[in-house]
Amino acid sequence: MTRYVLRRAGQGLFVLWAAFTVAFFVLYLLPSDPAALVASGGGEVSQVDPAQLAALRAEYGLDRPILVQYGDALLGVLTGDFGDSYVSGAPATTLVAQALPETLKLTGAALAVAVAGGTAVAVASVFPRARFLRQALAVLPPLGVALPTFFVGLVLLQWFSFRVPVFPAIGNEGAISLVLPTITLAVPAGAQLAQVLSRSLRGTLGEPYVETAWAKGASRTRVHLAHALRNAAIPAFTVLGVMVGGLLGGAVVTETVFSRVGLGRLTVQSVNQQDAPVVLAIVAFSALVFVVVTLVVDLVYPLLDPRIELRTPRGASRRAAPQRATAVNA
Amino acid sequence: MTTTPRTSRIPRRPAVGLAATVSAAGLLLSACSTGADAPGTGASADAEPVAGGDLSFAITVDSHCIDPQQVGNNDAIAAARQTVASLTAQDPESGEILPWLAESWEVNDDASSYTFHLRDDAAFADGTPIDAAAVKTNFDAIVDLGAVASLGSQYLVGYAGTTVVDERTVTVDFDEPSAQFLQATSTFSLGLLSPDSAALSAEDRCAGKYVGSGPFAVKSYTQDQEIVLEKVTGYDWASEANDHTGEAYLDTVTFKVIPEASVRTGSLQSGQIDATAALNAVDLPQFDGNGFWLQYRANPGVVFNLFPNESSPLAADEAVRTALVKGIDRQQIVDTVLTPQDQPATGVLSHSTPLFEGADDLLAYDPEGAKKILDDAGWTEGADGIREKDGQKLTTTVTFWQVPEPLELVQQQLRQIGVDLQLKHVTVAESEAAKESGDFDFDYYNLTRSDADVLRTIFSATARNINQRSPEEVDQLLDDSAAATDPDERERLVTEASQLLIERGHAIPVYELSTTIAASDRVQGLTFEASSRLDFYDAWVTDGAGE
Repeated sequence: MTRYVLRRAGQGLFVLWAAFTVAFFVLYLLPSDPAALVASGGGEVSQVDPAQLAALRAEYGLDRPILVQYGDALLGVLTGDFGDSYVSGAPATTLVAQALPETLKLTGAALAVAVAGGTAVAVASVFPRARFLRQALAVLPPLGVALPTFFVGLVLLQWFSFRVPVFPAIGNEGAISLVLPTITLAVPAGAQLAQVLSRSLRGTLGEPYVETAWAKGASRTRVHLAHALRNAAIPAFTVLGVMVGGLLGGAVVTETVFSRVGLGRLTVQSVNQQDAPVVLAIVAFSALVFVVVTLVVDLVYPLLDPRIELRTPRGASRRAAPQRATAVNA
Repeated sequence: MTTTPRTSRIPRRPAVGLAATVSAAGLLLSACSTGADAPGTGASADAEPVAGGDLSFAITVDSHCIDPQQVGNNDAIAAARQTVASLTAQDPESGEILPWLAESWEVNDDASSYTFHLRDDAAFADGTPIDAAAVKTNFDAIVDLGAVASLGSQYLVGYAGTTVVDERTVTVDFDEPSAQFLQATSTFSLGLLSPDSAALSAEDRCAGKYVGSGPFAVKSYTQDQEIVLEKVTGYDWASEANDHTGEAYLDTVTFKVIPEASVRTGSLQSGQIDATAALNAVDLPQFDGNGFWLQYRANPGVVFNLFPNESSPLAADEAVRTALVKGIDRQQIVDTVLTPQDQPATGVLSHSTPLFEGADDLLAYDPEGAKKILDDAGWTEGADGIREKDGQKLTTTVTFWQVPEPLELVQQQLRQIGVDLQLKHVTVAESEAAKESGDFDFDYYNLTRSDADVLRTIFSATARNINQRSPEEVDQLLDDSAAATDPDERERLVTEASQLLIERGHAIPVYELSTTIAASDRVQGLTFEASSRLDFYDAWVTDGAGE
């Protein structure tokens, strides 16, 4: 177990390094110059003194060879220093840390709603005896996945903020401002979860052990919730891990539509301003979240199903994913 | 320093310029003497302003800095402008420079030395008196900031130094003539911060931790969310360009960052914000009356122009350039893709620019004339309708990040005269990079500045030289205008230069950018200053006293 975790941590570090490196060179290769952008005042300035521009470039360290810049940036990252924003001069890590709490609130709430709602819809699409009801409910997940986040957000705003002023359209003030963004962000995530879970539930309900449970006289509720749901949850749990990362991405759109402060808005703004230190800090942070969540998900599998064991395969070429012994659904 | 082209172009969205003041239901307009551009207030003329109350105003983007001496983005300027007073102010109607922190001034004969006499009662928001030493500290600090102070350092090109003559008298010297400097002292970029603030790091200043000299001070600033300004108590040195004296009426002004255009529209409609200057053109009509009002103003400065890079082979051909000038139907652009309030270009500069006379006859649509120029120059029509000469197609490219619709129409219009204009729509960052490297055939942008000198800084072969050309007749006119202190002489030089630039095809004007304020009837007195930036000093809210 310890060996497994250490090994996964090592792989995680590699992922972080790779994400940082790719992002660094992509930013470098973009046909633009952050110094010129700052000096141009966003396109408002007619004439920039070349000497001043050169001074600014030197201040940012952009006049050095690319590999020196890269080495320097990487050394900085090892000490937790991503450098200062070109635009505001504040440390990139500070900007990320400031934006993070609001995004955590939003994604946390959305995750909770998505799990609760997704599970409810999935169960509801197999539970009722009436076939038409099951079929009607089974339509919901694909619909939820298909609706663009942007569209959902604007429709919610139109109805529940502009026409009927129940919720504020903009800002981060109070729990009430979280309601619409949370729903917006939770719809695609919850729908995705419901899709996987309901399919998995339908499979599980055909398993021999479920027949056994019926035969023993278990109630409909008990068969569905106690027997089937627990085993059907494993694939959904895998989806959940990926979803956490997806929520961070969804926050970009949701925070923009609802004018909320957060990591998503910081990302958009920093990319547009070619604010490389901030972009790199965000990339590294997102990669870290992915690495940690994937690891946690893998560590939790055995708790859900004792038949799953974590082991490091011999012959290091293979991915050290949890080996799913005797697959649950098969 | 904005954004995707998408969000950042929203504030530049067409809107404007014609018979300026659009009235809200039943309101009388003040000041319409010039017809167009009279910055009337949204207020009914007989309503008495009341002090107190709060106003919220939507902006599109937070550029992560609100230091008046560093900002260049329109949204950041809207907030920053209110927090500093300047040495002078500019009358929005006449363009005349009026006293503000300086009671009077003298300029030497070649516009290279300026002496300002400061009023003796003005103070920074923390109570520190505004004296000659503070002026020197500020100007020196702006020069030290360098390229980060993008606009201010440009106004101080050739800065030799500031001399404190006595407590109330200060002299600013330049190495070369700089006639634009007087108007520059009226801008927020050269607005004054307390000497302590001038010593702060660029970062702290960006974060709003500075002490200013204007009618409002920064109360709080949350990146990407809002900038809250509060009234400075004891402010009593308003300029004559404003309608009242003493403190500002509003207790607070909150600038809320709302990136989505449709959300700004909905928020204004539902009363969640009070005003904005960043609505999409299609949404404007619903705010004309019905409890709202609109006000338009053409931005002074350089209008949207195609700028040929004459070091590229096709743009080097004067026949091609002048054919482009004649081949664009500017009225059609305004009629079809812009709003009724927009106005076609009448010169390289907008008609609201002081010391400038437009000449729309040079910009008349003349497709036959354009064809003749190209025929005479040997560009003959090929099988696909595109002209060619010596096996080379008349295909050229414009690189830009602004709203694409006007240029899409230009593209179609030029097709009629056999010119194939390719549109290269890029991000702001890429466009800046292209400008810098000179890697473009045609550039396209506008520049807001309420001083005709902006023409020289862009075109003069000794300044930016956007055309990348060798010096010629027009440069003499432009360079002379930098040293002309007599307004009539300057107007003559600038107007002649503008005409020459069009005749030689160095500039291909398209249309005038303008700004539109949309506000609820609760808001009164919110208007434009001379540079078409917003001025909240005279603004008030009808329910202010009750709060």
